[in-house]
Formats: sequence, structure tokens, C-alpha cells
Amino acid sequence: MIELAGIGKTFRGRTDVVALTGIDLTVAAGEFVTFIGPSGCGKSTLLRVVADLTDPTAGTVTVNGKTARQARLDQDYGIAFQQSGLMDWRTVARNVELPLELRGWDRRRRRDRALELLELVGLAEFAGSRPAELSGGMQQRVAIARALATDPKLLLMDEPFGALDEMTRERLQAELTRIARESGTTVAFVTHSIPEAVYLSDRVVVMSARPGRIAAVVDVGLGERTDDTREAPEFFARVTEVREALRGRTVVRAEER
Amino acid sequence: MNTRAARIGLPVLAGVLFLLGWELLVVANDIKPYLLPKPSAIWAQLTRNIDDILTTSARTGTNALVGLVVGAVAGILAALVASRFRVVDSLLVPLAAAVNAMPIIALAPIFNTMFSTTSAVPRRLVVTLVVFFPLFVNALRGLRQVEPIHRELLDSYAAGGWTFARKVRVPGALPFVFTGLRLAASLAVIAAVVAEYFGGLQNGLGTRITSAASNTAYPRAWAYVAAACALGLVFYLAATALERLATPWRTSR
Ligand SMILES: Nc1ncnc2c1ncn2[C@@H]1O[C@H](COP(=O)(O)OP(=O)(O)OP(=O)(O)O)[C@@H](O)[C@H]1O
Ligand SMILES: [Mg+2]
Repeated sequence: MIELAGIGKTFRGRTDVVALTGIDLTVAAGEFVTFIGPSGCGKSTLLRVVADLTDPTAGTVTVNGKTARQARLDQDYGIAFQQSGLMDWRTVARNVELPLELRGWDRRRRRDRALELLELVGLAEFAGSRPAELSGGMQQRVAIARALATDPKLLLMDEPFGALDEMTRERLQAELTRIARESGTTVAFVTHSIPEAVYLSDRVVVMSARPGRIAAVVDVGLGERTDDTREAPEFFARVTEVREALRGRTVVRAEER
Repeated sequence: MNTRAARIGLPVLAGVLFLLGWELLVVANDIKPYLLPKPSAIWAQLTRNIDDILTTSARTGTNALVGLVVGAVAGILAALVASRFRVVDSLLVPLAAAVNAMPIIALAPIFNTMFSTTSAVPRRLVVTLVVFFPLFVNALRGLRQVEPIHRELLDSYAAGGWTFARKVRVPGALPFVFTGLRLAASLAVIAAVVAEYFGGLQNGLGTRITSAASNTAYPRAWAYVAAACALGLVFYLAATALERLATPWRTSR
């Protein structure tokens, strides 16, 4: 679904910033991959490269078997940015409707779909509110609903749960894994939370900073997520593995000793 | 609870006290009417000439309104074009700055000679020019000020330039447009009144003010000035009301 080969990104300026270098990664269709790493290691930049919102200065990107540009023009992905990016002048529901509007859905269908998604993120009763009347976490949830609106085959999400309380966060994590599994959606997800990364993903891509590169890739392999997943010993083992990788160490898995 | 009452009541109370103080000041110091007439004398003139005040206000108001609408539409359209095409932008902005530096009202006598003396066109033209600039500048500022994240979002939907303008640029610019419109509404009335000071048709508030003043009928001149103030206020309030209607997300807070 996503193929990254030798991706590099240098921001030119008074002092050049090497945001990414030598990124090679293949994300299979239906796979859930999480990116984790210290602030400024280029996670958002990498997502923008995949989304064709910025050009890499080296390497090639293939999305859904096409160039990243073509995938964007075909609207193959849905995206949720690090900031919610809602439009003040639209109501909450109309914000969620925006991508549908641009696809020419009729009003009725748009409205129904928006309400369905607002229900999912627990904001149905705020459909008619203005974004400014919502808290930061609520705005973030509206942005998630907007990203899901078109039912995209590929979801790009940049710390979408960052501003949420723990309870909402866990509920939305469970919803997201359910949606991704049921619809076979491929997800590229950025987070700062190790347990979140482990809970959500098939693979965790651990990045290091200056320059941004892939330090390790952790295969999670926890099978179907249930309420007990978060308390399972394998879960904690993977959390430790990711944490060690973030510290620049590798742990040998018990079963491989 | 009674904040609404206070919001309206306090300015009214202040106005009444102000007029009372004015009256007392004039009476106590025996100030001559050509310096400052009593509010009561002005009021008497206002009620005596009310029919003429209303008809002249309507004429001046029409000039101001026509100029305001034409100037505003032209200013907004020019800003839209300038925001879309860089070439136009680099041509129009210095030109607009130059026009703004010019005292446009000074053109009124020249326009008067360009058109027949029975025409309202020169006055409306002055108003149009006066209105154009604040709308152009404010609209352009609003149109240019796009949040990068909205740009990226619309790019992710593969939206074209006009879709982007319609969904993001224009609604995002509306608050700026209305800031310009509020400013321009008051300016339009001022320009419409002052343009009449330079001859031409003898049928508006401005001409009544000059003729009363030259006939030493000072309280009457002041009565027409008061009408001009009221007209300006009406325009301003109408612009504010329109703003509330068109940008509800800003006033709902
Ligand atoms: N438009 C830009 N111009 C110049 N430098 C940039 C730009 N965008 C990002 N950078 C630089 O690239 C590096 C990576 O930024 P990026 O936003 O991708 O980090 P991140 O991993 O998402 O960080 P965080 O976890 O804090 O969101 C940073 O050093 C940043 O300063
Ligand atoms: Mg980031």
C-alpha cells in the first residue's frame, strides 16, 4: 500500500534541516503501522511526504501502486493532522461533511454520514455547534470523524489522540482498530505513547532524531485486540521492546532466546 | 441579566447628560449661536424642518448607499482577482496605496465639472472611490491570510484553486471584509455629505448645511449636521447588523 524507498527530506533555509534520511519501509494493504520517536524526528514530515503535501528531496514514494501525487489526486487517503484544522465558519457537522461535499454527495446523504461519524466519536449532540465552542480534545475528535468520512482505504493520522483524556482515548483506540480491521483499512499512525503504539499496531516503527531515520521496527503480533489485551504479559513485553528501541537498545525476545 | 439594559441605557444616559451640560454651558456663559447654539434651539429647527431633513437625508443617503455598494463590490472583486493572480496583485496594490494617499474628496469639484450640474453621479463617484480602498485592503488581507493547515487539508482533497477560494479563502476573509465595510459605511456618509459642499445639485444634507451657515442660520445648520450624524449612525448600525448575519460564528461567542 505504501512503499518508501530511500526517502530523504532536507528543509533548505539559513541552516539546512535534515528532517529525514534513508527511510525504507513497505506497509502492506490492511496493515496498521505506527510511527513513534522523539519530538522533531520527522514523523509529521514523513506523513506529509506520503500524503504528497510536501515533496521528498530524495527517494521515491508509491501509494496504492501509484505515485503519491496520483494517490492524492485520486483522494485515496483520509488524513487527520496534528492540529484539528477545523473551519470556524462551519458547524461541527458541516466540518465533517466537507470531504463529502467536495465529492459531490447530496446534502441528505452527507448529513446522515456526518451524524453517524459524530456518533462514533461521541459528539452527536454537538453537530450544530461551532468548533470554537468545543474543547481541544473534542475538536480533535471532529477532525478524526472528518478523516473517516469518505471511508478511505488509507488513513494517515498524526497524533490524533494526543489531546484526549485516557478513557476517550482507549475507547477511540478500540474503535479505530475495529474500523481498520473490519474495512481492511491501511493505517499510518503517529503517536508519542508507547502503549498506544503497541495496542494499535501490527508494526511499530521506531524513529530517531537528527537526522530522522528508522532506528528499529518492532513486530507486535498480538492478534485480535480485546479488553484484556492491555493487561496481557505479551503486551507489556512489546511495550518494553519499543521503549528499549527508543533508548537505542534492542531486547532479545524470550521466545527467541 | 440587566446587562442588555445597561448596554443601551448607559450611552443614552450619557447622551442626555451631555446635552444637558451643553445647554447649561451655553446659557451660563451666554455663548453666541454662531459659536455654539443651544441644543434646544437646534431641536426646534430639527422639528420645524423635519420634512425637508427627511427628504434631503434620503437623497444624500441614496448617494452614500449607491457609492457604498458599487465601491464595496468593486473593492471585493478587485481583492478576489488580486488574491488569485500574482501579477494583478503586484499591479493593483501599489495603485490602491497611491489612490488612498490622495485626498479623494478633493476630486469632487473636478467631477462636478465633468458631469452636468443636475447629476448625482459625481457625488456617487466620490463615495465609490472613498469606499473602494478600505474594502480592497481589508478583503485582500483576509483572502491572503489562509491557515496553512486548511491549505493542506484542501490539497489532500485534491481541490482546485476555485474550490479552495470558495470553501476556505472567501469564508475566512468575511470577517475582514466586514471590518472594512463597517469602516466604509461611515466614510460613505461623510463623503456623500462633504461632496455636496462643492456645488452641483442643491438637494442634499451637505448643501443645506452650507446654505444655512452662509445665511447665519446656525441652529438650522446644526440641525442638518445632527441629521448627517444620524445618517452615519444608521449606515454603521446596518453594516454591523449585516456583519452579525453573515458571520454568525464570530458573534455567537
Ligand atoms: N516547513 C518546515 N520548514 C523547515 N523545517 C521544518 C519544516 N517542517 C518541519 N521542519 C523541521 O523538520 C524536523 C522534523 O519535523 P516534524 O514536524 O516532522 O517532527 P515530528 O517528529 O512530527 O515532531 P513532533 O513529535 O514534535 O510533532 C524538525 O526539526 C523541524 O524543525
Ligand atoms: Mg509532528
